[in-house]
Amino acid sequence: MSNSTPANPASVAKSINRTKDAAAAVSSVVEASNPVQGPNNIVAPTQMTGSQAIVRSLEELGVKDVFGLPGGAILPTYDPLMDSTKINHVLVRHEQGAGHAAQGFAMASGEVGVCIATSGPGATNLVTALADANMDSVPMVAITGQVHSAFIGSDAFQEADIVGITMPITKHAFLVTKAEDIPQTLASAFYLAQTGRPGPVLVDITKDAQQSEMTFSWPPKVDLPGYRVVTRGHNKQLREAAKLIASATRPVFYVGGGVIKANAHEELKKFAEFINAPVVTTLTARGAFPDSHEQHVGMPGMHGAVSAVTALQQADLLITLGARFDDRVTGVLSSFAPNAKVIHADIDPAEISKNRVADVPIVGSLDEIIPQLHEACATRFENEAPQDLTGWWGMLNRLRETYPIGYTETKDGLSAPQNVIQRIGELTGPEGIYVAGVGQHQMWAAQFVKYERPRSWLNSAGLGTMGFSVPAAMGAKVADPDRVVWAIDGDGCFQMTNQELATCVINQIPIKVAVINNSSLGMVRQWQTLFYDGRYSNTDLNTGHGTARVPDFVKLADAYGCVGLRCERDEDIDATIKQALEINDRPVVIDFVVSADSMVWPMVPSGVSNDEIQIAKGMTPEWEEED
Amino acid sequence: MAKHTLSVLVEDVPGVLTRVASLFARRAFNIHSLAVGPTEIDGISRMTVVVDAEGDSLEQVTKQLNKLINVIKIVELLPETSVQRDHIMIKVRADAATRLQVTQAAELFRASVIDVSTDSLVVEATGNAAKIDALLAVLEPFGIREIVQSGTLAVGRGSKSMSDRALKTL
Repeated sequence: MSNSTPANPASVAKSINRTKDAAAAVSSVVEASNPVQGPNNIVAPTQMTGSQAIVRSLEELGVKDVFGLPGGAILPTYDPLMDSTKINHVLVRHEQGAGHAAQGFAMASGEVGVCIATSGPGATNLVTALADANMDSVPMVAITGQVHSAFIGSDAFQEADIVGITMPITKHAFLVTKAEDIPQTLASAFYLAQTGRPGPVLVDITKDAQQSEMTFSWPPKVDLPGYRVVTRGHNKQLREAAKLIASATRPVFYVGGGVIKANAHEELKKFAEFINAPVVTTLTARGAFPDSHEQHVGMPGMHGAVSAVTALQQADLLITLGARFDDRVTGVLSSFAPNAKVIHADIDPAEISKNRVADVPIVGSLDEIIPQLHEACATRFENEAPQDLTGWWGMLNRLRETYPIGYTETKDGLSAPQNVIQRIGELTGPEGIYVAGVGQHQMWAAQFVKYERPRSWLNSAGLGTMGFSVPAAMGAKVADPDRVVWAIDGDGCFQMTNQELATCVINQIPIKVAVINNSSLGMVRQWQTLFYDGRYSNTDLNTGHGTARVPDFVKLADAYGCVGLRCERDEDIDATIKQALEINDRPVVIDFVVSADSMVWPMVPSGVSNDEIQIAKGMTPEWEEED
Repeated sequence: MAKHTLSVLVEDVPGVLTRVASLFARRAFNIHSLAVGPTEIDGISRMTVVVDAEGDSLEQVTKQLNKLINVIKIVELLPETSVQRDHIMIKVRADAATRLQVTQAAELFRASVIDVSTDSLVVEATGNAAKIDALLAVLEPFGIREIVQSGTLAVGRGSKSMSDRALKTL
């Protein structure tokens, strides 16, 4: 039964009960294992300060790298941190950078990213990164100092109610006022951050809790009576799903970032190949399924491929795996995939039927659900052969051939940004990590770099945070130092967080930054071109061709001790990228001077159905019937 | 929209009321009434929430509440299988001429008079929403000076205890 369309109040009550009861049924399995992560050393009771307990807890939790910036209320903790041989602290230049670095670290490694800041402004500077991590389900723990517990509520110097501020943008937020609560709270924070639907957890620790003496022992008991995670799919729902899959003639795998979070990409590949249905990967799922795979029909959404958008629109079944029917994917919700039944598998029950009602809801972890689904389908297919998908593939293949992702040459003689980004991807290859900011360059990086493996594409999808790229790339490089890490950034984004280049230089974190410099807030400018008659209100940044170049990105790079390169002609693109790829002892910043008139296509204008997708201004694809 | 009564067991920790209240605000759910108090178990409080929601929206309310780490269990209490009561105190204008009429009206509703002054009475009543509305309608002509009303309290009929069942799973 679908738990989404209750016929009467009694069934609502039942479904309410069931959410927790179903969870309770599996909780013993989850809780039988020790929920405390890390080396799991047993530490006999030892006397120490709260600050030492913070550092020791992080060590016992297996934390090797943290990003932070000290200040008054967290000062006690920075003292023992200096002596830790297990934890590498990366001193950032702005707390937002610490937050995004922790995100980048977590997204590249799958481990919990950690950032540390002081009270008040230090803590509020983390807010954007926490909100970002919350939207994109990134496991991270933020530790903030808080004023002395006796001063809380008195408007003390550098006091901010950061627990109150971050309540709506974190998975959970703790306030610790007693030293003895520190180990248990940190262990709980890590457990919450990385289990279930991952997310950011904030731990705010008062200065007196850091300074007081306490007795440390490990592991602490994690006691979260209201937190249960269902990981295994319900058998009845799996059988229902298999039934729908067997009878579908136009099925599509609608794959979201959850597949990457659950490390279920291999299971997905096997299952998708077994079903032979087309696969679309959303902005957070790029790399969850190889772009080169013949079943991959592209990224869906506002700037998705015609084949991917159409696949969803014309599907009769969406096999939704770890995706959440975001408005940038669905367009006008009421006209999204109008004839499709929906199988929706997600670890977060609240995502199911939030935007689009699911016909078959499956709650659980995708690394368990996908093999379960695979098995259920195999069983089903023994008695009922699946539908022939030849006609469906015929139509999608023609769309894929007729409307591939492409771009037109520029008219002003400047380089096409799409070409620059495509060449970065081609010359670096699928083993690189690509980290974007937000805007046109982000969409082009999602479209024109080919992703073959998970965790190779990091971006700020849900919150859309400009300035994400440089610090997140820094975090990714710390997590995975052997990989080439590209920050593909815009000139607007780059100016928001480029101070972390100092951090990269000092700490020898040699990221490569490609500033796709169109001298403007490009995506906003694109909307002004399309919807505001080309009235460019406050989008000109004067950083590019024919301007005063404030700042000059090459000089800026130079000032930081990075290698600064500028590329202004098509014929120099490859050589410049190759030069950057050969420099591995310090960060490289390339100022790619590109045309401001290039636009992101295809595009589904805001507020209309996905059927109105345009491949260029005013141009919609010619639709045809399937065979 | 139909009103539904949710009985929510929560950990009795600082901030839990804020979390629940702000969840309703930020997800644009309508809260009709809210009553919070301790339970028979140390460390666990109960919130009785009456929401204006139904169907998918009601399901979202409960799912989002369930996501809060401090929320332990949620049960919807249906009118036919639960007892639901509001508590009200009404300050009514009542002088020597009208006092008797007001006290008689109160008696009809099994309400009690808990404060008397020369020109007013405070009437206290417990009952379901319909009874309270009826009492207010009767007292209204005398002149109502002030109303203080609790959120709805509700408990399931029969011997079963929601917290027993919730704690068994802990």
